[in-house]
Amino acid sequence: MTSLSRRRFLAGAAGASATFGMPAIVYGQAAARVVVIGGGFGGATAARYLKKASPQLQVTLVEPNRRFVTCPYSNLVIGGWRKIDSISFGYDRLAKSGITVAQDSAAAIEHDRKRVRLAGGRMLPYDRLIVSPGIDIRWNAIAGYDEKAAQAMPHAWRAGEQTLVLRRQLESMPDGGLFVMAAPANPFRCPPGPYERVSMIASYLKQSKPRSKILILDAKENFSKQPLFQDAWAKLYPGMIEWVPVGKDGKVVKVDVRTKTLESEFGQQHKAAVANVIPPQMAAKIARDSGLADQSGWCPIDASSFESRLVKGVHVVGDATIAAPMPKSGFAASSQGKVAALASVAMLQGKTPPAAAMVNTCYSHVGKDYAISVAGVYRGTTERLIEVPDSGGTSPRQWDDENRRLESIYADGWYASITSEMFG
Amino acid sequence: MRICGFSLLIALIAAPAFAQSADVTILAATCSGCHGASADGSGGIPGLRGQQQAYLANQLKAFKAGSRPATVMNRLAKGYTDDEIAGLALHFSRLR
Repeated sequence: MTSLSRRRFLAGAAGASATFGMPAIVYGQAAARVVVIGGGFGGATAARYLKKASPQLQVTLVEPNRRFVTCPYSNLVIGGWRKIDSISFGYDRLAKSGITVAQDSAAAIEHDRKRVRLAGGRMLPYDRLIVSPGIDIRWNAIAGYDEKAAQAMPHAWRAGEQTLVLRRQLESMPDGGLFVMAAPANPFRCPPGPYERVSMIASYLKQSKPRSKILILDAKENFSKQPLFQDAWAKLYPGMIEWVPVGKDGKVVKVDVRTKTLESEFGQQHKAAVANVIPPQMAAKIARDSGLADQSGWCPIDASSFESRLVKGVHVVGDATIAAPMPKSGFAASSQGKVAALASVAMLQGKTPPAAAMVNTCYSHVGKDYAISVAGVYRGTTERLIEVPDSGGTSPRQWDDENRRLESIYADGWYASITSEMFG
Repeated sequence: MRICGFSLLIALIAAPAFAQSADVTILAATCSGCHGASADGSGGIPGLRGQQQAYLANQLKAFKAGSRPATVMNRLAKGYTDDEIAGLALHFSRLR
């Protein structure tokens, strides 16, 4: 901790103590400054926890979008269960709670001068920085799949306009059409997400276009909650969904936008009525450009505080991190954001961060009154991030309808709680 | 120098409370993703705020032991020690 940031923090503490009847003595010194890049699950949650843990902190949240559309529950929009407005949130309440919301994108992090340069040119100096940038698509990792191709064959892996593109294509697909999904190899954002999406699309097709089929071409040999998904598909959508793993030539290596054709490693051609290509991913640009990502394209962190292993004084949370066994999920990002926020506050006070505890519960809706989950409790130290032994795991396979129904209710409750914690 | 000393004094006065509550703050933060920022619950997920301490501790222990059926809480409660459960029960019982 620099003497400057220590002075800033202590001055801030003196200011805050005024509310307890003590004199405020702030001789022109400001409170410590924390900048948070990215207003998603990791960043919005971190900003709120910073302010909650230390109201005198100057917290600035950098986010280019006026409204945030959550990836969780975007599959329900694609399936026609929800409208996009119900998964879109603004930053007004964060601003009202004293967080400065900078409606701009971070262009660069100048580590040596401890400041963030915004695309609009403004400089934001910081004493500590939390980066929650999310993912970028690896364009052209699948030959022919670039930004332009995503208009014809949407990825819909960042929610918003892409979500609606895919929904509209499904709405205009004729009955009897083939929906093809290309699913990526690990690691990628939201491991159960592709399979929840297939479930939601199957529920829509079963009701509206029952002669249609779904083909999943997968670049891996198995997937999250696989037996639970496959049980549900056999029960709810018999004969509709075919899944092809990498070992059976499921990996898509090339696409042709004009003919909506997906080509596998060994040259099989699959012509789709609607194609959803979920390509390989990496940490978003700002993290890669500012030395926070390693050669893998993802960001290594110290799990005791989510401080970057590559740059001191900067925390990285969310999908951009290497945080296995935690999945890249919104819930995990939020949990990591809390740890990074509380660690930042402690470190600004010159203290050791509190022992890091994280959690994740990923619910997936698979049909009406039918959801499944995977849960995990985690602890982080400087050496490693572990799942607490004998805890966590998936919903049991043999469960009855009532437990599946309860999980669908708890999924909705979770979504309401976590979005309210961020934006409410 | 006097100002620094004064500020430091305030920091020291404030420090013990923060240090004691730090662990339970971070543990309680693992509950709020589902039970809500104010622990009021949501849509079938029960509220924890202001519940009786003994009730909370007993339910969490029963989830952990598997003696109270649940969907996800059996799996999650196994991730916390008995001491942590006691700390969480006290924390949520005192939330107003």
